[in-house]
Amino acid sequence: MGGIRLIVKTITRITLGIIFLFGCYLTFAGHLTPGGGFAGGVIVAISYILFVLAYGEAAAAEKISRFWAGVIMCLGLLLFIVIALWGMWDGYFLGNFLPKGDPHDLLSAGTIPWLNLAVMLLTGAGLFLAFLLLIGFEVAPQEERGT
Amino acid sequence: MSKLLPLFIAGPLLGAVLIPLIARLNRRLPEWLALLITLCLLGAAGGLYFRGPAYLTYAVGGHLPPLGINLVLDGLSHLLLLTVSLVTSLVVIYSMTYLEQYTGKRWFYALYLMILTGMNGVLLAGDIFTLFVFLEIAALATYTLVAFGVEKKELEAALRYLMIGTVASILILFGIGLLYGLTGTLNFADLSRSLPEGAPYAKILISVLFLVGFGMKAALVPFHAWLPDAHTSAPAPVSATLSGVLIKVLGVYALIRIFYNVLGLSPVISGILSFLGVLSILAGGLLALGQGDLKRLLAYSSISQVGYIILGVSLGSPLGLLGGLFHLFNHALFKSLLFLDAGAIEYSTGTRNLKELGGLKEKMPWTYVTTLTASLSISGLPPFNGFWSKLLIIFACIQLGRLWLAAAAILGSILTLAYFLKVQKYAFFEKLPDKLVDIREVPWSMRLPMVLLALLCLAIGLVFPLMVNVFINPAVAAVTAYLGGR
Amino acid sequence: MIVYLACVLLLSIGIYCVAVKKNLIKMVIGIIIMEYAVNLFLVCLGYRTGGVDPILGANGPAARLMDPLPQAMALIAIILGLATTLLTVALALQIYKKYGTFDITKMRELKG
Repeated sequence: MGGIRLIVKTITRITLGIIFLFGCYLTFAGHLTPGGGFAGGVIVAISYILFVLAYGEAAAAEKISRFWAGVIMCLGLLLFIVIALWGMWDGYFLGNFLPKGDPHDLLSAGTIPWLNLAVMLLTGAGLFLAFLLLIGFEVAPQEERGT
Repeated sequence: MSKLLPLFIAGPLLGAVLIPLIARLNRRLPEWLALLITLCLLGAAGGLYFRGPAYLTYAVGGHLPPLGINLVLDGLSHLLLLTVSLVTSLVVIYSMTYLEQYTGKRWFYALYLMILTGMNGVLLAGDIFTLFVFLEIAALATYTLVAFGVEKKELEAALRYLMIGTVASILILFGIGLLYGLTGTLNFADLSRSLPEGAPYAKILISVLFLVGFGMKAALVPFHAWLPDAHTSAPAPVSATLSGVLIKVLGVYALIRIFYNVLGLSPVISGILSFLGVLSILAGGLLALGQGDLKRLLAYSSISQVGYIILGVSLGSPLGLLGGLFHLFNHALFKSLLFLDAGAIEYSTGTRNLKELGGLKEKMPWTYVTTLTASLSISGLPPFNGFWSKLLIIFACIQLGRLWLAAAAILGSILTLAYFLKVQKYAFFEKLPDKLVDIREVPWSMRLPMVLLALLCLAIGLVFPLMVNVFINPAVAAVTAYLGGR
Repeated sequence: MIVYLACVLLLSIGIYCVAVKKNLIKMVIGIIIMEYAVNLFLVCLGYRTGGVDPILGANGPAARLMDPLPQAMALIAIILGLATTLLTVALALQIYKKYGTFDITKMRELKG
């Protein structure tokens, strides 16, 4: 079984960055191609989950612990709401107030890439946090909820 | 003025997001933030009565209907928005002391604000898919809060609620898909206009899907299986919110929107809904009589009262709508009051079992008076508010010639009186058991919402013509203004 | 037409699993199957025969565009289904911790 573990760790080490980048690509090109925040966020979460599955939860806790995953999740949603409310200043809630470039350009469509980023943070961190909580279940059975 | 509408949704959502972040700073910050947000929303909901036009719409993102998401405030949404804001702000005040027995208070407030977001979103949604999304948000937060104290009973209740609620949501989504396939639009106003003349089978299927789906959310008999467990096992503030507003917003409001404004209330649907309403009244009442657990009795009573609301609403006449909507508002008041009272009794005595209680009249006078007020209101005794709303519903049945519906409603009222007399007798009158000798009345922050709700029950009963003209009539007008057609 | 029948079939399989099976995990899988059915239904609503990608201006003015709205609805429905599944599994794990079993006939604490 040790051989399998080595294979998994090596492959994970090679492909993890690519998976993460693919998730980011899906997010940022979300206004041009199918994808967007949700799909990108799920794939980013998968990259972290893969890391946990290959290297174990303790090693993953050094990269992103449960606390930081929760914080990033809240920050993602906070960014979304801030952008939405900012649009209300002289436009509409969720209005598109940033300059829109030419169509089919990467830097276009106003607020949409930022909203995609916010949703990616939210979904990615949220899924990863949920995964950590679910697998961390039997590890510390005496742990209470919250403080 | 219409710029306020998105804040009803964004405000609680912002609060829910901020609470886990700021709770590190100060332990009491979450509850004050929640209180601030709910009180602001209550003020906004009340202040919106001084707006000019009867309908307020807000185009989210500046995109116009029918393609854009719109937030719409009409008389019906406004009535329910006021109800929701009132009940949630009082429940937050109550929770400030009640939740001392739980760990993780900040998660409670965050989830509670999510429920508020969801409910406000459902009420303000101008198209059916937005309604669905916010309904899911509120439902998910509710499933979590029902399981808040993580014991066996709460988990099982939450699981049953989740299973039935998820099946209901999937059926609703199927209905939405069918409706979209039939008309090509999702906007409520556009749907009622562009519903095609023929296609009877599709409309029957859509009606059945929505009836079953939203009926499960509203706990109509025979879809009520989750309600007794969920309302009993949840913490008292959550039970009050669930029974007082959630089942009505997610279930009854959505039913009214679909069947009045989109599909049109055909005689068949009216008959089915009236039948289910009467079934709920009688089944809820009879099952409540035999309960020994106070909160379970109140849960069955909720099923019964929602039956009254559905009966009034399904009659299709303005008087029936008036009675049904008025009863919706009243029930939110006195049922949440009753659940807060039950929570107070549990907080002081540690038990909900009626056989173990007794003689609380001297020890807990405030709770006694408020429970008495709520019991008299819900049984429909004058001069409390329940009397007028039940009377209106019974009159509406008689006016339409459906005398057996009126008879069932009167029978339900007698049953309600019976089981609430039972509560009074067992909990407050009898002899004080020995182990309850040194209980005290609940603290002020729990007493205040209870007293306010009781005063409102009495006040609304006394000035009910004012209530009807200012609050309920616009709601009736909004519902009957643009009836969907076949 | 075949696809819509497949949706109905999946829905019935899902309802059967939720209603009849006694193992909690099988009920969860039943709910997931029901969600697949609904998402498939929503996506298929947007199909137009001979349609092209719904991008304005890329395919010529008279092209028949596929409907993009059901895709958005299905995406949101998938995410909501994901959240529901996560919550159900978390509840199931907590129940396992308390009861020691996934069999729902053993969970009869509440009655009446």
